[in-house]
Amino acid sequence: MKGGFWQRLDLWARRIIPAGLSLLFVLFSALPVPVPDYSSIVPMLALASVFFWAVHHPRLLPPVVVFVIGLAQDTLSGAPMGSGAVVLLAVYGLAVSQRRFFHNRSFIQVWVGFMVVALAAAALGWLLTVINVGLFSPSRAALFQYMITIALYPLVTWLLHGAQRLVPAEG
Amino acid sequence: MNFRGPSLIARVAAPFRGASQRFALGFLVLAAFGLMFLGKADTQFVERMRTTVTDVATPILEAMAEPVAAVNRVVAHLGELAALREENQRLREEVSRLRSWHATALRLDAENRSFRDLLNYKGPDRNTFVSARIVADGHGPFIKSMLVNIGTRDGIEKGQAAVTQLGLVGRVTEVGERSARILMITDLNSRIPVLVEEGRARAILAGDNSERPQLVFLPQGTRLQPGQRIITSGHGGALPHGVPVGVVSSVDNGVVRVRPFVDWERLEYVQIIDYEVEQAPAGGSQRGVPVGPRSGIPKRPLPGVVPPAATGASAPAAAPQPAAPVVPTQAAPVVATPAAPAVPTPAAPVVPTPGARATP
Repeated sequence: MKGGFWQRLDLWARRIIPAGLSLLFVLFSALPVPVPDYSSIVPMLALASVFFWAVHHPRLLPPVVVFVIGLAQDTLSGAPMGSGAVVLLAVYGLAVSQRRFFHNRSFIQVWVGFMVVALAAAALGWLLTVINVGLFSPSRAALFQYMITIALYPLVTWLLHGAQRLVPAEG
Repeated sequence: MNFRGPSLIARVAAPFRGASQRFALGFLVLAAFGLMFLGKADTQFVERMRTTVTDVATPILEAMAEPVAAVNRVVAHLGELAALREENQRLREEVSRLRSWHATALRLDAENRSFRDLLNYKGPDRNTFVSARIVADGHGPFIKSMLVNIGTRDGIEKGQAAVTQLGLVGRVTEVGERSARILMITDLNSRIPVLVEEGRARAILAGDNSERPQLVFLPQGTRLQPGQRIITSGHGGALPHGVPVGVVSSVDNGVVRVRPFVDWERLEYVQIIDYEVEQAPAGGSQRGVPVGPRSGIPKRPLPGVVPPAATGASAPAAAPQPAAPVVPTQAAPVVATPAAPAVPTPAAPVVPTPGARATP
């Protein structure tokens, strides 16, 4: 039965790749990088990752996991608890509902789709902040953050496509 | 580059989304909203949740931050190498300038010490601090905070000040066992009681997520100029008095902005000041009066009660003893019937005496 155990362990390890990578992105975003103003324009890597897996393997990234990733992000970033989770779940829901549209499209088309979804996510994040703080604060940093996120999307996709080969085919 | 998704897999798996999954998604969105509101109502529960997670994540982040910091250091070194000559020149000039300041500081320190000895003044300078390493930046366009790798087991408490050699960084807002969050002075939620060093005008330094926090609640008529230093006032307890904060950077239509001294880009370590509120000269003024050197000073009426220009009223207010014999003669039926004649209310001598003076 030893082979069976290792096989199962292997399968299990592959299954947690989407969730694990998303969490890793959350941690990675939190690292202090001494670049001027970097902390306010950190790319939303977890958002890109959730989008990617929601389109390609939603089964391996169930909503509960997205929720947990969102909470982890809120905790580390110091955002109001739950706000990041709402944004990630919205992105997840949007991506899953449109996944048929995203399939068999060229990369550029998916990228444009991501731009729309990320814009909605950024707007939602801003709205939640306004509600939470009770103060209208236009933010240029939010715009830059959005632009950096969509600019980095090809790189994230490239990385995740590499990881995708390890993921079991059932998802 | 043309990334195509695994279309066959996707088509096979496409119809799996049932009502239950959608229900789960909706439920989780509601739960997240619920957490948001809970975080507003019951901060303790959510805070404990947060600190538990940060306690777990801090060692991981510490390990992850090490290589990043190493790379940063190498990059910084390379950058410094390029500008070594100018840097040297600049530093030499600064040293010569600071040397004269050093002499001044030593003289003032000696002078201060002798004054303190004269007054028997016990200064609030008994701060201890713990150095902390920043392991995570609070990220996002709306947040200015950071996580450090020390917590309650190192004696850190909420509200304590985080500083560098240059000045105030922020204050501790959440504390876990081995992690703590510091809200920077530039954050939207940050409010720090400060003083304008020159002129001692009090104000509140209010962050607004920009790099230059604002000075609000300045006393009316305060005139400020760019370049004036801002320090913490120590009002309200937890922050020590006199920590440098920044300089006034612009005064524009009544909006005063401050450029913090802290070099945010090179922030790697901060010091958390453990400050004893009991020793605060301003925060504990009520408690300080009975034990302080003032206890020997005779009690004086509140300033402002006696207008210095009023000639007739100043005499009885300043000297109640001569007024006391006057009160029974003239104003006894009016004022002094319920009370003992020796203890008139502060306003009482003022009312009858002008009448007493006017009659003869």
